[in-house]
Amino acid sequence: MSSGEVKLIGAWASPFVMRPRVALNLKSVPYEFLQETFGSKSELLLKSNPVHKKIPVLLHADKPVCESNIIVEYIDETWSSSGPSILPSHPYDRAMARFWAAYIDEKWFVALRNFLKAEGEEDKKAVIAQMEEGNALLEKAFIDCSKGKPFFNGDNIGYLDISLGSFLAWLRVTELAASHKLLDEAKTPSLCKWAELFCNDPAVKPVMPETAKLAEFAKKIFAKPQA
Amino acid sequence: MGEREKVKLLGVWYSPYAIRPMIALHLKSVEYDYVEEDLFGSKSELLLKSNPVHKKVPVLIHNTKPVCESLNIVEYIDETWNSSGQSILPSHPHDRALARFWSAFVDNKWFPALKLATITKSEDAKAKAMEEVEEGLLQLEDAFVSISKGKPFFGGEAIGFMDICLGSFLVLLKAMEELKGEKLFDESKTPSLCKWASEFFSDETVKNVVPEIKKVAEFLRELEVRAQSAASRS
Repeated sequence: MSSGEVKLIGAWASPFVMRPRVALNLKSVPYEFLQETFGSKSELLLKSNPVHKKIPVLLHADKPVCESNIIVEYIDETWSSSGPSILPSHPYDRAMARFWAAYIDEKWFVALRNFLKAEGEEDKKAVIAQMEEGNALLEKAFIDCSKGKPFFNGDNIGYLDISLGSFLAWLRVTELAASHKLLDEAKTPSLCKWAELFCNDPAVKPVMPETAKLAEFAKKIFAKPQA
Repeated sequence: MGEREKVKLLGVWYSPYAIRPMIALHLKSVEYDYVEEDLFGSKSELLLKSNPVHKKVPVLIHNTKPVCESLNIVEYIDETWNSSGQSILPSHPHDRALARFWSAFVDNKWFPALKLATITKSEDAKAKAMEEVEEGLLQLEDAFVSISKGKPFFGGEAIGFMDICLGSFLVLLKAMEELKGEKLFDESKTPSLCKWASEFFSDETVKNVVPEIKKVAEFLRELEVRAQSAASRS
């Protein structure tokens, strides 16, 4: 049904790039992974995503699709007869999944990123408070969406699992850097359990960056320039 | 769908975001109760209960279940009442991806730049933001030409998702043009978008839903007066 070569422009460390990779794995779609070099943008990237010039970009029979969550939906719709459904089937559940995915990118991740940039104890404390508020919301969202099953999407990982799960490696790196657990078993027990299951999923394991490698990389990109 | 559905929409009459689900509901001929929120007074119990995370309008409440975020609501309406009226999202996955991409562009890049240009006191920031707005309009012009393929709307013969997304801002933009005397949509730079805007306003459904430009302009004028008097008092 969907013939045509599949290529993905991305980078191993990017949580946004991880999303379509998990989706392609779930649908058993083979693809060529075109890694961008950190610090420069390839001609192909600039041509395929002239508006934002960002990864990931999916190229399907040379037609580009941009923005990680949009690519995941595209993959789900294009290879709809292959593998499990990534978006839930009921419109209300789909609306919930999209709502929380937007929250994760616009609020939760922003707090996480601010933590890595925060300087001084006061700043850090403020960001931790923000993150904990967000985590509490997501814990409740998980309980509502999963309805007792292991994942946001039920028995199998889906859109919202991918959306949040793609940040787990960066979350771990941040926890190491801060010596502070951001996902706390006492406060967010369901999320912690979910996180472990997500990381062990066969569609996820091959594309989840290793914490140590990512921590090295983070040190490099967040290093303060020499005065 | 069988039983009588209970549909409520919480909104504010001047908000482009609230206009979106209204257009979608009308396209699907869905009856609904409209609840006007007073954002200058205090937010209603129902709003705070239905959208505790963002406390914003619009919110669609369908058989007591709330759906938040305007474009999310439009997709929900399209999927729920899928056998009624026309399809709002395109049918082909690549076209759907494009519709979602450009609406995200409008909401996350283009309109925030316009908003900043309007409220900032810094001349530098305003100039920079307006550059982004104008570049964005050129990008939207190209997108329109490529997506519409000669038809009147982004959605083709009939209005669709992207038309609703960008079109919902048109009344506000026209009101701002009237207020400031500055034209935002330039026929020489974005001729297709100008034509599209006029087609959008002529659409039967849109005509019945969008507020009058004069009314919005008056409202914006009032807002400015309020802001100025508040500033002079502080």
